[in-house]
Amino acid sequence: MNKKIGYLIAFAIAVAAPFVGYPVFLSKLLCFALFACAFNLLIGFTGLLSFGHAAFFGMAGYFAGNALKNWGLPFELGLLVGVAAGALIGLLMGALAIRRQGIYFSMITLALAQMVYFGALRAGEFTGGEDGLQGVPRGRLLGMVDLSNDTTLYFVVLGICVLAFALIVRTVHSPFGQVLKAIKENEPRAISLGYDVDKYKLLAFVLSAALAALAGATKTVVLGFETLTDVHWTMSGLVILMTLVGGMGTLAGPMLGAIIIIALENKLGDWGTLLANVTGVEWFNTIGEAVNMVVGLIFIICVLSFRRGIIGEFIALAGKKKPV
Amino acid sequence: MEIFGYPLPMIMSQLLLGLVNGSFYAMLSLGLAVIFGLLNVINFSHGALYMMGAFLAWMGIEYCGLNYWAMLVLAPLIVGVFGVVIEKTMLRHLYKLDHLYGLLLTFGITLLVEGVFRSFYGVSGQPFQVPEALAGATDLGFMVMPNYRGWVVLASLVVCLSTWFVIEKTKLGAYLRAGTENPKLVEAFGINVPLMVTLTYGFGVALAGFAGVLAAPIIQVQPLMGQNLIIVVFAVVVIGGMGSIMGSILTGLALGVIEGLTKVFYPEFSSTVVFLVMVVVLLLRPAGLFGKEK
Amino acid sequence: MKIKSITLAVAACASFSAHAQISGDTVKIGFITDMSGLYTDIDGAGGAEAIKMAIADAGGNLNGKKIEFISADHQNKADIAASKAREWFDQQGVDMLIGGTNSGANLAMAKVAAEKKKIFISIGAGSARLTNEECTPYTVHYAYDTIALARGTGGAIVKQGGKNWYFMTADYAFGQSLEKDTSDLVKSAGGKVLGSVKHPLSASDFSSFLLQAQASGAQILGLANAGGDAINSIKAANEFGVTKKMKLAGLLIFINDVHSLGLNLTQGMYLTDGWYWDANEDTRAWSKRYFAKMKKEPSMLQAADYSAAGNYLKAVKAVGSDDSDKVMAHLKANKINDMFAKNGVIRPDGRMVHDMYLMEVKKPSESKYPWDYYKVVATIPGDQAYATKAETKCSLWK
Repeated sequence: MNKKIGYLIAFAIAVAAPFVGYPVFLSKLLCFALFACAFNLLIGFTGLLSFGHAAFFGMAGYFAGNALKNWGLPFELGLLVGVAAGALIGLLMGALAIRRQGIYFSMITLALAQMVYFGALRAGEFTGGEDGLQGVPRGRLLGMVDLSNDTTLYFVVLGICVLAFALIVRTVHSPFGQVLKAIKENEPRAISLGYDVDKYKLLAFVLSAALAALAGATKTVVLGFETLTDVHWTMSGLVILMTLVGGMGTLAGPMLGAIIIIALENKLGDWGTLLANVTGVEWFNTIGEAVNMVVGLIFIICVLSFRRGIIGEFIALAGKKKPV
Repeated sequence: MEIFGYPLPMIMSQLLLGLVNGSFYAMLSLGLAVIFGLLNVINFSHGALYMMGAFLAWMGIEYCGLNYWAMLVLAPLIVGVFGVVIEKTMLRHLYKLDHLYGLLLTFGITLLVEGVFRSFYGVSGQPFQVPEALAGATDLGFMVMPNYRGWVVLASLVVCLSTWFVIEKTKLGAYLRAGTENPKLVEAFGINVPLMVTLTYGFGVALAGFAGVLAAPIIQVQPLMGQNLIIVVFAVVVIGGMGSIMGSILTGLALGVIEGLTKVFYPEFSSTVVFLVMVVVLLLRPAGLFGKEK
Repeated sequence: MKIKSITLAVAACASFSAHAQISGDTVKIGFITDMSGLYTDIDGAGGAEAIKMAIADAGGNLNGKKIEFISADHQNKADIAASKAREWFDQQGVDMLIGGTNSGANLAMAKVAAEKKKIFISIGAGSARLTNEECTPYTVHYAYDTIALARGTGGAIVKQGGKNWYFMTADYAFGQSLEKDTSDLVKSAGGKVLGSVKHPLSASDFSSFLLQAQASGAQILGLANAGGDAINSIKAANEFGVTKKMKLAGLLIFINDVHSLGLNLTQGMYLTDGWYWDANEDTRAWSKRYFAKMKKEPSMLQAADYSAAGNYLKAVKAVGSDDSDKVMAHLKANKINDMFAKNGVIRPDGRMVHDMYLMEVKKPSESKYPWDYYKVVATIPGDQAYATKAETKCSLWK
């Protein structure tokens, strides 16, 4: 019951947000929130740590971007092309990586993602190299709704994210999701019960990749371009951080983690200036250059004392408060 | 004589250069292998500590008037002490947990350390000359080899082989290996396991610092210098088999050679070939070349 | 428990709320560059200081309107650069945006500025696309581009006698276009290109590539790379004795790079720059002021930041408003004459054309004071250095 109220309130805030905040930035937040949730499906619910999620996120952006800009496809088909591309890359990557466990699984995903990065770097015509793929048009939704208005686009993105999130929730609570949880907790037992764990893991991998791809493709349309930053391994690291900070294995955690981290990246300089103006301490002005240091500090604090992430800690706290 | 259209002296010189680079990779991955092999910690801060070693060497020369040789001993010691502090205050709480947390913690430390150095020194790099005694080059016939690179090979191989010997073949090494496999039992024998663990971590990062001092004359000394190398070094350790010291040494050397050949035939791919090798090796041998599947 | 998370989310959102400001009362200049990554030193916080100096020199206000300045670090992520630019135009009332380093970020910002019909002056990007394929009526590309670097270095060196070339190129669009433009020029000036090798970006070891270069027997080694790659290439070139037989031609070298390498390693190297702090009385005077604040001599980019901001403010004053179209028309109609450029012209395609200089790095014995690094070998007139009307891919300039 609590949960439903929580989701409704969150939804209400999301609907009201663009009238208070800045729509393009909020749309970008939503995309990253979706990316983190997609990633969490794999690590939080299946127990597989992928170091290569940027490959799906970024390449989907490139495919969608090209579809919209160069192949003249409409908005929905462009997104679909992006998702299909991400899912396909996920299928190939997953098929190879699933064969190994633990850290070796993770390293294979990293290695394959690096090769995808190399491909993106060299495919100058398709990706624009380090100049990026610029000038991706927004078009219209279903040929009717003009997306050039930032607020309209925000609501479309919100719609996409809500649907995707609903899919994730449905998946986690479905029988399929239960099997994934079983695999995460005790794989040998799941095997002994007769489940073809590899198929389940691969399916989870592809689903996670497809949703990450959706996030990447949508973000490309929102911002109008795609660059190599989104296929670089540091992007994979960033999504791990978002999930960790928010709470691995919780449903809402990654979203919160994404909001915090993206806000930090974009706003730290502004907050520093604000602090400097308020307190008169000149040093605060230079905080804006220290985003990496602050992120590093957050990593350290989270790992040492905040391992369950923000949402995870609150769930644990709430659990303790229940009357015995 | 030509191979695939490239003259033989060219191929030979690239192979030799590959070995030089390989010994450096081996040196760099040694510390990582020691820390993972013995402590089960994925030390992502290896790159930042390597950078610290190089920077400390520069600082020693610039501010204290010391020379390269003094810093070759001093810098790793200071980095080692720093490592001990990290281990005692932060890392030791994470041993019972999943590998992931050690990795994330050390990643956070990397960002912090690199950020601090960057805010003080910028990213352009500090001038660092090759020490007098090792300047100049020797003509080997098919190529000219700078003496300093020869020294790097020598120092790397000596340190690598001694470390391997101590860990695999001596009593101290046996205590270390036993202590990480079954701490309680070894403690029961009266050996101070936590102290050993701490010193091992300190030693591992000191190796990174040592590699940094070795690199300083030939690679630009700047706060982000560890960033490019860290994932390559990881790949080396994984391919060699996480936990096998000899595995990383041999893989480091082999990778140097493979990279060297790639630089001749397909230079653009030379930074990515290590990942291709990693995928192939992991698919054929689950725990790396010399690793044991846990 | 969910309530707590929502409270947090609300708090977070509140901080993003619009500070809707009307730009009517202020002239606001925005500056987005890399302040914490690879390009920190050549632009970064020094660039911000330079712009502040320009604002101070204009008196801090124009015809009664206050001049404001706001800066941000894009951390080499085009995402952040474009989002910030958008937000500043929509909500902070920024009238003019100056773009620092990183071509990808600049291209993205240029598009945003064009959409919002605000002037965008790109300083640090090298990509010539800004005034070709991606040109807009609101983009000005101020300090340099890859074509100017290539033509400056290529042609002038061939004239000095460096006829045979070998290139060591960073394998990305920037490096490739540097190599191509320089090669074309070398060949048309009567020289020969004996070969090239492409190395991955941020390679740590250049020895193999250098050996291949040496084996070619060329006189000139063209370094079509920048930053850390260029520095490591030069270090290794010295180590392997390549510099004894070949002269280095750095295609994109900043004074900060030479400073970090030292004259021992860079002496005799050719490079093209758009500006030098020690060139004449004007440059020295300004650099002295800059040095007092930053403790380093300024690079071409930092000087360009100052010049661009200063000239923009001059134009606004002359026109009497911060209306982008009017100010842009004024900028394109009047020459740029200050310590950065003499007789600089902003062309219809947005390219600011000014003279480039072929420099040779001094020997340690020739350097008399700190940062005394260059001697000017040749001046390349602006109209020869940059792409001509016949070659342009900009639809605005046909």
